[in-house]
Amino acid sequence: MANKLIVTAAPHITSADSTSKIMQRVCIALVPTLIASVIIFGISSLILTVVTVAACVLFEYGYCKLVGREVTIDDFSAVVTGMLLAFNMPAGMPVWMAIVGAFIAIVIVKQLFGGLGYNFANPAIVGRIALALGFTSRMTTFIDPVTDAVSSATPLGVAGTENAVSYVTLLLGTHGGVLGETCAITLIIGGIYLIVTKVISPIIPVTYLGTVAVLSLLAGRDPIYQLLSGGLMLGAFFMATDYVTSPTTNKGKLIFGIGLGVVTCMIRFFATMNEGVSFAILLMNLVVPYIEINTRQDKLGIAKVKKGGAAK
Amino acid sequence: MSKFLKRSAQGAGVPHEKGTSNLETVKMTLPSKIVLSMGQHIGAPAAPTVAKGDQVYVGTVVGKAGGFVSADIHSGVSGTVSEITTIVAPNGAKQTAVVIIPDGEQKVDPSIAPPTVTDLKSFQDAVRASGLVGLGGAGFPTAVKLAPKNLDEIDTLIINGAECEPYITSDNRCFLEDTHHVLNGIKQVMKYMDIPKCVIGIEGNKPEAIAKMKAAIDAPGIEVKELPCRYPQGAEKVLIENCTGREVPFPGLPSDVGVVVMNVTSVAFVSKYLETGMPLTTKRLTVDGDIVAKPQNVEVIIGTPIRELLDFCGGLTDEPGKVLYGGPMMGNCVADLDQPILKNNNAILAFSRKMSQVPKPTNCIHCGRCTNACPLGLSAKEIVRAYEKGDVELLQQLNADLCMSCGTCSFVCPAKRPLAPSIALAKIMMKNGGKK
Repeated sequence: MANKLIVTAAPHITSADSTSKIMQRVCIALVPTLIASVIIFGISSLILTVVTVAACVLFEYGYCKLVGREVTIDDFSAVVTGMLLAFNMPAGMPVWMAIVGAFIAIVIVKQLFGGLGYNFANPAIVGRIALALGFTSRMTTFIDPVTDAVSSATPLGVAGTENAVSYVTLLLGTHGGVLGETCAITLIIGGIYLIVTKVISPIIPVTYLGTVAVLSLLAGRDPIYQLLSGGLMLGAFFMATDYVTSPTTNKGKLIFGIGLGVVTCMIRFFATMNEGVSFAILLMNLVVPYIEINTRQDKLGIAKVKKGGAAK
Repeated sequence: MSKFLKRSAQGAGVPHEKGTSNLETVKMTLPSKIVLSMGQHIGAPAAPTVAKGDQVYVGTVVGKAGGFVSADIHSGVSGTVSEITTIVAPNGAKQTAVVIIPDGEQKVDPSIAPPTVTDLKSFQDAVRASGLVGLGGAGFPTAVKLAPKNLDEIDTLIINGAECEPYITSDNRCFLEDTHHVLNGIKQVMKYMDIPKCVIGIEGNKPEAIAKMKAAIDAPGIEVKELPCRYPQGAEKVLIENCTGREVPFPGLPSDVGVVVMNVTSVAFVSKYLETGMPLTTKRLTVDGDIVAKPQNVEVIIGTPIRELLDFCGGLTDEPGKVLYGGPMMGNCVADLDQPILKNNNAILAFSRKMSQVPKPTNCIHCGRCTNACPLGLSAKEIVRAYEKGDVELLQQLNADLCMSCGTCSFVCPAKRPLAPSIALAKIMMKNGGKK
């Protein structure tokens, strides 16, 4: 009996997809935007991205080693977090600040809560918010790629004024802003790639963008301008769709997307801040557990029994 | 749109691997012995009616049904009973078995004659005497299925020809080679049970079977329904929903929504039995897998040791890792190649060590694929988490006991978590009231 047969529970085959393949696809989807940011803001944006990604991976490796947890850097999730975090910083951001952001995202938000799958909020979003609150002036000092002038105005800040930029500028991203949010075209291309490769469901981006468009119309603002400016495209396709911090059912995704749109517009239209995407995502991340338990699917044959039981 | 919000129930795009679908069925030579398990069906095991040294013939009853939900066991060879022994069933339980050494003459039992069927009662009796059980894999005694309490409410017969498991092509061969018997069996069931309508469900990856059945239909009320190529189309509840739009209540039976479901091979056997009176002693099954030298469909005598069947198919080209009873999604592992072929087997698959490796599970990333793939609308990740916490109340709320162990959740999981086996454990925990 040297060659014993293997006995395990069914099923005996699994799909070709894996966590690391999914994360790699997200990285691929972010590459066009990275290229765009290098073209728009120069080589410094590439350096910033590389440093942030490296810091995220190293923090993940170091923390796992420190606490004796299995090292999970090969699942590419830290790379995704690093890219997204870098995309949320303006060009010319000091490198040490990026490393602080990476520490907050990976160690505090992700690993302290148990690592991949256990974080309650999107690490990159919290990293961005922490940086925005800690280094407010640096995080809002944007370089205008055309004039090289330094200013703190983004297209959202000047929306509706005579300084508002054109749709073409918004699509191409040749305006002030953080690295990864300016070029709407590459973000949409990346988002479509994720939808086509079934990494994400279109429900969250579509309902999020749709809600913002409708509310903009109702508020008398230019919906296209609202959709194409700020962090909306980056947030809708890449940050709000983070598996860990978004609902799983179609019903839940629908509610989540609408909620994101409502909160984003409330902040944009009524609060003192110009931009509301990151806070909207963080806020909605926190209610995901409640959305989840209240939007479970109807199970086949179960509803009927309940009705029958009640009638008895 | 309403279905979209109700439950996605996407199923899984499993690989087809149906390389044997065009190969004509080959009859296997006589094995050196047959081992007839007394538990080849759902329900009470049969009781042996023979003793060591007894002479038996092809079709002789060697095990008598152990109750209403049970089935007779018949010998597929003429020969001598060499021993009554105990074997390990695929589910791990011990089972009594009758071992018969063939004499090579294959003499048919003199009592074998076509049954006289005139009405529903005699039809049901005939099916009962044939030893037929659900040949799609479940092994539920067919005679019980054909005697629903609410017979007058049954309006649809569904023939399960989905064959959604990868590799298996025996039902496809049944459609192609036994077209007449499939159709005749359907007509007999419709006639005696007074069912006006029949839907034959076949997955779209079997275009030849669909075309052949469509061309062969020569009676009103029978239609072929092409099913989407998404596993598990052959799951009874999924099949009924796709063919009739009706949801079988839980807990409940297909008859609760006016439906009787039969596997295509089962219904073809009914026709054969009515013509010849020869009980269920052989089975067509697919022998395939990456290390099988000559993958093919084989008609094999029930009770044949798996080792001899594999030898008949040219043997194995490499050291086996896993050998399966049935398909890779729901099949059970064979622990020992001396185990016999059972009535409800539709495939024996042998895989190399490399193909048999179980991937290492990683953290759940809450991608929701298990939830959106589940054909029944269950949320595997929530059930598994409730199981890990020992929260029986939550398991009940999540209807974990609805799970039919189709394995779709485990298949789609990118973190390679063993969700389906964990849910099976959760079901046991629910029964035991919280104990693991």
